[in-house]
Amino acid sequence: MTRIFVPGDVAALAVGAEAVARALASEIAARGLAVTIVRTGSRGLLWLEPLIEVETPSGRIGYANVTAGDVAGLLEAGLLTGAPHRLRVGRPEEIPFLAAQTRVTFARCGLIDPRSLEDFRAHDGYRGLARALELGPERIVAEVTQSGLRGRGGAGFPAGIKWRTVREAEPGQKYIVCNADEGDSGTFADRMIMEGDPFALIEGMTIAGLAVGATRGFIYSRSEYPHANAAMEDTLSSARRAGMLGADVMGAGFAFDIELRVAAGAYVCGEETALLESLEGKRGVVRAKPPLPAHHGLFGRPTVVNNLLTLATVPAILAQGAAAYEKFGVGRSRGTMPVQLAGNVRHGGIFEAGFGMTLSELVMDIGGGTASGRPVRAVQAGGPLGAYFPPSLFDTPYDYEAFAARDGLLGHGGLVVFDDSVDMAEMARFAMEFCAIESCGKCTPCRIGAVRGTEVIGRIVAGENVDENIALLEDLCATMKFGSLCALGGFTPLPVLSALRHYPEDFHRAAQSASAA
Amino acid sequence: MAHAVPWNAGRAAEMIAVHAATAGAMLPILHDLQHEFGCVPEEATQLIAQALNLTRAEVHGVISFYHDFRRTPPGRHVLRLCRAEACQAMGGAALAARLLARLGVEWGETTADGAWTVEPVYCLGLCACAPAALLDGAPIGRLDQDALNRTMTEMAGS
Repeated sequence: MTRIFVPGDVAALAVGAEAVARALASEIAARGLAVTIVRTGSRGLLWLEPLIEVETPSGRIGYANVTAGDVAGLLEAGLLTGAPHRLRVGRPEEIPFLAAQTRVTFARCGLIDPRSLEDFRAHDGYRGLARALELGPERIVAEVTQSGLRGRGGAGFPAGIKWRTVREAEPGQKYIVCNADEGDSGTFADRMIMEGDPFALIEGMTIAGLAVGATRGFIYSRSEYPHANAAMEDTLSSARRAGMLGADVMGAGFAFDIELRVAAGAYVCGEETALLESLEGKRGVVRAKPPLPAHHGLFGRPTVVNNLLTLATVPAILAQGAAAYEKFGVGRSRGTMPVQLAGNVRHGGIFEAGFGMTLSELVMDIGGGTASGRPVRAVQAGGPLGAYFPPSLFDTPYDYEAFAARDGLLGHGGLVVFDDSVDMAEMARFAMEFCAIESCGKCTPCRIGAVRGTEVIGRIVAGENVDENIALLEDLCATMKFGSLCALGGFTPLPVLSALRHYPEDFHRAAQSASAA
Repeated sequence: MAHAVPWNAGRAAEMIAVHAATAGAMLPILHDLQHEFGCVPEEATQLIAQALNLTRAEVHGVISFYHDFRRTPPGRHVLRLCRAEACQAMGGAALAARLLARLGVEWGETTADGAWTVEPVYCLGLCACAPAALLDGAPIGRLDQDALNRTMTEMAGS
């Protein structure tokens, strides 16, 4: 029985994968062929989607940008034997974009049937939990600490230290909360894991529960991700049926279960304390810290709040050992990061590699520049709270400290590419407007500052007292940066000030054309 | 959105009761109500407040905090169009402006014939195939204005 793999990832569905799967099924039935269609996640080579693959004696052979109309012709050309065709791209592993990667977190994504526990196990699934059970809680925490794994949501806090704090907190009910509120534009790694390798998240959360003594976990996902949520809910049920969640996980004598909760469109709930408020059923208003969630988290109990990518990486660290993970990366940024190339980029998708590549390598070499073919003018790194980098700073190495040194942040790993048609003053105005829309309202610098910031940038682009208003904007940004309670108000100045610093001409355009006239 | 049914207090009370014992039941309740009725109408506030032993003000505060929850039913079809940076980088803002002008609505409004509600969304995780939208829940990437117009015109009659 030949197997054909068709991605069920929503990014593939958005460009026609479902129609391709339906066309394949009906052509196969009409021709009486012995073929099974396996729905997978996406390999992350998103510009090639729909990318279907056929299993042959010489490995899986890919055909890219397939439409439903191509299916009959593909079968006639010899799709089942991996025969030549204008859409054939060969073995996906040999496509440079994939060949250059170091896949740890995304090792299985796009390869396996994400709904199949057997397939997950056949690809090293649950090896991490098996080793964790041998090690015991104390040594699990030590292993995660030694690996150098830092929070992949953006803050970059060492995961092992957070786990130790919760482990040593007062006994009683503790929680593992997975932050899957992936609201940053330009990011989709959490979503792809939920759709392409959901058991990895379940395994990672279970290991975290074992390590800190928590019996309950919550995944806080987004309402904008209906497909991921359906996949996750389905996989949680499978895991319960198979005894991988519940009162006696793996027959090892400990209890752990996970509940999926869906957010309701508030960006600020990606901030961990607002997330906890939301999980408790309240407005997603940020809490002042301390107390830290590790001491006083969900329902007032000690809680590990980790990003989805952090948790989904834990099984591989346990299975292969901390040393194997730690050897990737540079400086204090150890391991790998699934970088997400997005926006106006020729080769968009997931590029997982050890920290330390330069922005130029990522955007120009791997990403291939813009999709429009025009020159790259800016890259926003780290979502709506991240700085804009001009090509003159593309020598910046991709690591937490190097980005911070240039007034930027990695965030959740998104890189949004813009060509030379972008108006950077408009992007700065949008950053303030977004902050105003999404502010939880708790602290004044964010709540009022973002509204005033939108207005001030509006005056600047209208050419009113430009120099005075720019000075006012810089002052306002300082107030927001130092006076806000959380990253929303605190980091909105990054895109604004980076746009102002690197693209001043966009802020002076109206004033200049007025004086020229 | 064809599944949305008219408001029914009895049915709503049953749906709320399912979650009443859950810790942090508010969001699951609100999602269920909106899924059933297309919105969370004013009448729901009192029912939820009673079931969860909260004040109506607290419940209203939660409903109004989150962008997802509508207070009135949407049109027959809902287009959620991404306005975030990655989609802007691919011309999303201009596409949205033309679409809204053609339909004669602002963000969040419903067309006069009741066919379409257009809602802003900040990121669908489809940022490498931008611009993107969800059309009655179905994802569309690499949005093409003409194709979108055709699809919407075809769907408007249904």
